[in-house]
Amino acid sequence: MSEMWSWDRAFTVLPQLLQAFLEVTLLATVLGSAIAAVLGLVVAIVRRTAPAWVARPVHWVMEFIRMTPVVVQLLFVYYMFPSWPALWIGIGVLGVHYATYMAEVYRSGIDAVPPGQWEAATALSIPARRTWTRIVVPQALRTTLPALGTWVISMFKDTPFLVVISVTEMVSAAELFGSRTFVYLEAFTLAGLIFLAASYPTSVALRRMEARLARY
Amino acid sequence: MLGTEQTTDPPVIRFENVVKRFGDHTVLDGLSFDVHRGERVTLIGPSGSGKTTILRLVMTLEHLTDGYIYLDGEPFTHELRGGKRVARRSKDVAAVRRKIGMVFQQFNLFPNMSVLENIVEAPVHVLGRSKDEAVERARELLGLVGLTDKEDAHPTRLSGGQQQRVAIARALAMDPEVLLLDEVTSALDPELVGEVLAVLRDVARSTDISMLIVTHEMQFAQEVSQRVLMFDQGRIIEDGTPDVMFSAPEQERTRSFLQAVL
Repeated sequence: MSEMWSWDRAFTVLPQLLQAFLEVTLLATVLGSAIAAVLGLVVAIVRRTAPAWVARPVHWVMEFIRMTPVVVQLLFVYYMFPSWPALWIGIGVLGVHYATYMAEVYRSGIDAVPPGQWEAATALSIPARRTWTRIVVPQALRTTLPALGTWVISMFKDTPFLVVISVTEMVSAAELFGSRTFVYLEAFTLAGLIFLAASYPTSVALRRMEARLARY
Repeated sequence: MLGTEQTTDPPVIRFENVVKRFGDHTVLDGLSFDVHRGERVTLIGPSGSGKTTILRLVMTLEHLTDGYIYLDGEPFTHELRGGKRVARRSKDVAAVRRKIGMVFQQFNLFPNMSVLENIVEAPVHVLGRSKDEAVERARELLGLVGLTDKEDAHPTRLSGGQQQRVAIARALAMDPEVLLLDEVTSALDPELVGEVLAVLRDVARSTDISMLIVTHEMQFAQEVSQRVLMFDQGRIIEDGTPDVMFSAPEQERTRSFLQAVL
């Protein structure tokens, strides 16, 4: 280690890190998750309801996105559409990438709704759309929320990849500070701690929620 | 084999040469029978004889392999057009299906809704009734099934017997012409069977809804139904009034079946 820990440096870099955290890391996670949560649900429902000539291709595209690294996808979109703002590309790519995982989570949640629920809806002549929105999705969401949260944390930890499309999120802010001062210790330590401080309580909250949602 | 009474009304349910296969397994092979308006018919027979399949076909939970089902004289899922058997449009099927209600063995209440929400959901969103009207009717029905104080409760907080009574109220809220009861007490603890059957006796007494009943409660079948159909291997082997069927059936097969279950 080239340098000893300096509290001075730590307090200098901290505001910069927090700013990058709020303006980029958190923003990308929140908006990316929103995209993933909505798109994932749409995909899961399309795969269950659309005719095969729609559902099949959707399935292939999802598989393709899931099986290729998010970094490659970021670079691909970034260089294909140079005029688009990099942060928005980052949010969009993260959102779509994680939508493919969330679609799988929703799918298992939808499959877990007992057949009797569908049959009761048929017996009451409730139309398909309302059966989905009022009966199936609310019940599926209950079982899927904790798993969806796990993917949000995963996405959160993937935000440093945004550096490849030159978006300065928290880790690249730390690196920037290091390259200016030639000392990386405080900046990277703090960046790591900030990640931990954000993910750990979230995962604890998720576990609590899981226990509470397990029963009606 | 067909209806016991002669009426000018078309039968409320008519099965005509109904065939149902699951893969290679034929459950119903050309079944025909009529249920008249207001009639309560109990289907009995060994398991696998096709009783539940009949109810599920009427509720469109299973697809007809061949043949026709008529409701009030109107073709239901399929019709004969130009000499060919064709499926009817799903909109037409849905319109006919509204006349039918079903109570399931496993209750199948919606666990994400309160008792009251379970009951008013379809009247409001399928029949287009006003919320107030539907709620008023739902409270009336909760009174009928003896659960007035449970309207805000969650189904999972109720006993099996209470859940099944809510399910009965939910089916009745649609004002069905036909009520299908599919082994409605089979999933209940023995001490809860009585309360559900009592409610159904009330319903049978106070309405003229036609009923198709699959049950192992022979006492109940005898009290409520005017007609009993004995099934074996997808065919009706005996058709008679409960008095005759339960005391002096003609067929040896019926006799041995009843001996085994009574």
